[in-house]
Amino acid sequence: MLTIGLFLAISFLVSLAGLTALIWAVSTDQFSFGQKQARIIFIEGEEGHLDDPTAGGGSRDLERASIDRTTAWPVSLFLGAAVVWLVIGSFFGLIASLKLHLPDWLDENAVLTFGRMRTLHLTMVIYGWLSLGGIGTATWITPRIFHSPLRSPRFATWGAIIWNAGLIAGCVAIATGWTDGEEWLEIPWQIDGLLALGGGLAVVPVLRTAFGRSVDHIYVSGWYFLAALCWFPALFIIANIPGLFVGAEQATVNWWFAHNVLGLWLTPLGLGAAYYFIPKIIGKPVYSYSLSLIGFWALALFYSQVGIHHLIGGPVPTWVVTLSVVQSVMMVVPVLAVAINQHVVVARNLWAFRASLPLRFISLGAMMYTLASVEGSLEALRSINTVTHFTQFTIAHAHLGAYGFASFILFGSIYYMMPRITGRAWPWPGLITVHFWSVLAGFAVYFVALTIGGWLQGEAMLDAGRPFAQSVILLKPYLEARSIGGAVMTLGHILLAVNVAGILARSAADARKGETA
Amino acid sequence: MNRALPLVILAMTILAFATMLLVVVPRAQIGSEPPAAGLRAYSPEELRGRAQYMSLGCVYCHSQQPRTPDQAPDGERGWGRPSVAADYAYDSPHLMGTMRTGPDLLNVGARLPSTAWHLTHLYRPRAIAPWSIMPSYPFLFEIKDHAAPGDTVVWLPREQRVAGKVVVARPEAMALVAYLLSLDRTYPAPASAIRDDGYSRVGGKP
Repeated sequence: MLTIGLFLAISFLVSLAGLTALIWAVSTDQFSFGQKQARIIFIEGEEGHLDDPTAGGGSRDLERASIDRTTAWPVSLFLGAAVVWLVIGSFFGLIASLKLHLPDWLDENAVLTFGRMRTLHLTMVIYGWLSLGGIGTATWITPRIFHSPLRSPRFATWGAIIWNAGLIAGCVAIATGWTDGEEWLEIPWQIDGLLALGGGLAVVPVLRTAFGRSVDHIYVSGWYFLAALCWFPALFIIANIPGLFVGAEQATVNWWFAHNVLGLWLTPLGLGAAYYFIPKIIGKPVYSYSLSLIGFWALALFYSQVGIHHLIGGPVPTWVVTLSVVQSVMMVVPVLAVAINQHVVVARNLWAFRASLPLRFISLGAMMYTLASVEGSLEALRSINTVTHFTQFTIAHAHLGAYGFASFILFGSIYYMMPRITGRAWPWPGLITVHFWSVLAGFAVYFVALTIGGWLQGEAMLDAGRPFAQSVILLKPYLEARSIGGAVMTLGHILLAVNVAGILARSAADARKGETA
Repeated sequence: MNRALPLVILAMTILAFATMLLVVVPRAQIGSEPPAAGLRAYSPEELRGRAQYMSLGCVYCHSQQPRTPDQAPDGERGWGRPSVAADYAYDSPHLMGTMRTGPDLLNVGARLPSTAWHLTHLYRPRAIAPWSIMPSYPFLFEIKDHAAPGDTVVWLPREQRVAGKVVVARPEAMALVAYLLSLDRTYPAPASAIRDDGYSRVGGKP
């Protein structure tokens, strides 16, 4: 009871502080902003021109170049590590996918069993690829929107190193069977401390830059980044404290955490990047800047409470399930706000969509965010959830969010950022096109197959007249299609890695030449 | 929104609010329930088996949370009565799962109470169900020339046997089966059961 009392007291105090802050903010007119502030990402004369380093377009001014120099090293480290995790994680995903329809393949060792392959895939792509890539992107964009160099970049570098060390240790633990046993929280808590420390260090430069910025306004991407970078360490630490919860209580903590990793971590990181890159590449501000305020706060309020829709029909109180269902539906509000802002500016500038590959990745990612969110709201409805829960439909949905949305935005962001970071052009621009089409085609196969297969699986399980075996047998062709789609996606990831390795090698060669000259 | 500090404070307040609703209050409500009468704590052997279940990732394909007849035919499939929070009082970590690539296992000990069946199934799932896509776990077993005293020999269909050899269960396999057999929540649910009743039919039981 002491812990509950402590939790309640802290929540109450924080609520009071929050209320006071809100009243202060309203009374001192902190909320005034409009289209003028939306243009803070542009410099004089930049608006109206395509800015795409892969197409040779865009301007480089001195102020930005000097800001980018302060982020170059830590961001390269974050992005480089992220891409390595993506490639390795994709192979584990592919192995796990193949094992579902080739169950006798690679079964002689516990390390290679499905349960570990699948978990290594999830851990690597969530905590390696998306988290490191997201932190890297936030670290790169934040100083730009604040027109201020990155403060204490060493913290970010150390953060990246410690996070990666923790993640490697965590993956070895999972592979050898040492796990905390809850989905999304498998890394043993003894190792989680490293990730918490690494994440905590990585946050410091962004926060210091925010507090020491030289512009008054915080551009919308900054809200998402600041909030996400504070939310995640809190979530991660609370969810990993051992011994606080048992049984059904633990299930609510588990899904409160796991869905907030999507809602309060990957989503704001992805949306923050989209809010910067879409208008920046097109050269036009977002459609309605004031709408982005609603989008942000509604996301914070509703998304933070949706997690228990993973336990619909389960052994937890009805009211908490219903609360999460309602908030899942309410998510339509922030999703529409973001959709109007981002899609309208792209729709009015389709020439840019055709001309710029980074924009194509990011804008498609933003569209898949809209789709994933609307699908998620529907999927949380009790009637639909009864069919889709416990099936591959959920896996398709999770990938629409984590891959279609978050990964596509990260692909585009990397293609935009790396030439600016290294001062070099992409060595093989043709590979970017092949990457784009392979991940798009591969993912289309993946998503359509599992969505249809999962729905049929769910209907079969609900029909008491059909034996359980039918739900397994009917699924097999869809699982095979998923492996094909996943293999094509993996091919795309290898091309990305080749290009990133190429541009980093060239810039390193330049640096050596500079030293000897 | 032009101040970083209020933004961060407000954002954290919203998270604290959500945490209170989704974590703190449910914990108080569920934590006030005693363990279900009829539920017993796991034995050390069963706990070792549970650790195997976690480490091999069984939870990623098997749920442990039968639903109400109002929602799904879980009961008709033999998966047991709808589970309630008090059924999990000794589960740490919880293993409720989110997938039914395979069937629900909360009552598998009551539904399939044979150690021999489970050993064969773990060693070679397709010897029992040719359509099954469950991984086989040969590393939980040992192939020997002769069974030693105290060894548990795994039964296999004639065509899957290796001449002159026997398959023997390692302690890990025996522990895992002990855990599976302990999964039995067939005792009546407590009267003050906590579970999601969002599917109860109008006019049906409350």
